[in-house]
Amino acid sequence: MHNFTPVSALIGGVIIGLSVVLYFYSTGRLAGISGIFENAITSTSQKASNLLFLIGLVVGPVIIYYLIMPNKPIAFEITNSYLLIIPGGFLVGFGTRLGGGCTSGHGICGIGRLSVNSMIATSIFVATGVITVFILQQLGIYL
Amino acid sequence: MNDKFISLISGVIFGIGLVISGMTNPEKVIGFLSIAHNWDASLIFVMGGGILTAGPFFFLLKNKETSALGNQINLPKKQKLDSKTIIGVSLFGVGWGLVGLCPGPAIAAIATLDPIAFVFLISMAAGVLAKKNIVK
Repeated sequence: MHNFTPVSALIGGVIIGLSVVLYFYSTGRLAGISGIFENAITSTSQKASNLLFLIGLVVGPVIIYYLIMPNKPIAFEITNSYLLIIPGGFLVGFGTRLGGGCTSGHGICGIGRLSVNSMIATSIFVATGVITVFILQQLGIYL
Repeated sequence: MNDKFISLISGVIFGIGLVISGMTNPEKVIGFLSIAHNWDASLIFVMGGGILTAGPFFFLLKNKETSALGNQINLPKKQKLDSKTIIGVSLFGVGWGLVGLCPGPAIAAIATLDPIAFVFLISMAAGVLAKKNIVK
């Protein structure tokens, strides 16, 4: 397997899990990022808390990129085609809110709570993601 | 220790976890979705680590009615999987596959200061607002 990094992936996953636990234990809310994002831009209840969570989500990487590992180049390899970026962003925003969650809300919180719906939801978005990448590869857009 | 402070700290920890996991790099996510070619299974370990860490706590706390800060706990109710959810998560997967960013990494990506990250985030916000205005 190419670029397979199970150890850092597992450590990162455990840290994400600890954030979910801290947030739920303290505030009673689930750390589903798409829901926090929606509330931060549309709702008036808990607006400041939701915005602060999102600010933290940027501050965490800033600490690593610029303070802890300033000499390491930032690993951010992304398509430069706005024909993918703009519809991609739109579908992620629209789809996660229509579907009630994203990789964190359904994938980690939902499956962590043994929600069957979230298990099915996660299987579906992984499946449509796999199909999308497969088609883009056939078109020569991704290797 | 109020709600706002805990929210900020939770976000910082979540963001650090995302960077360490490698999931802030869209190339890693595309590698996971690329089952037919050079598959990178790392994302399974990220989700597995998150689920195995959070799961037992959700189980232990499942009958609590108020949180440590005294908030009412309102968990999503058990309900039948409806067509809205199925269509929504299907569309989300397509967008995820087009770029390799889901909401958490999309927001964390602002730290890279890459203009593409800003365009993605604005498009994502437009999608959220469109859903809010179109679907009741």
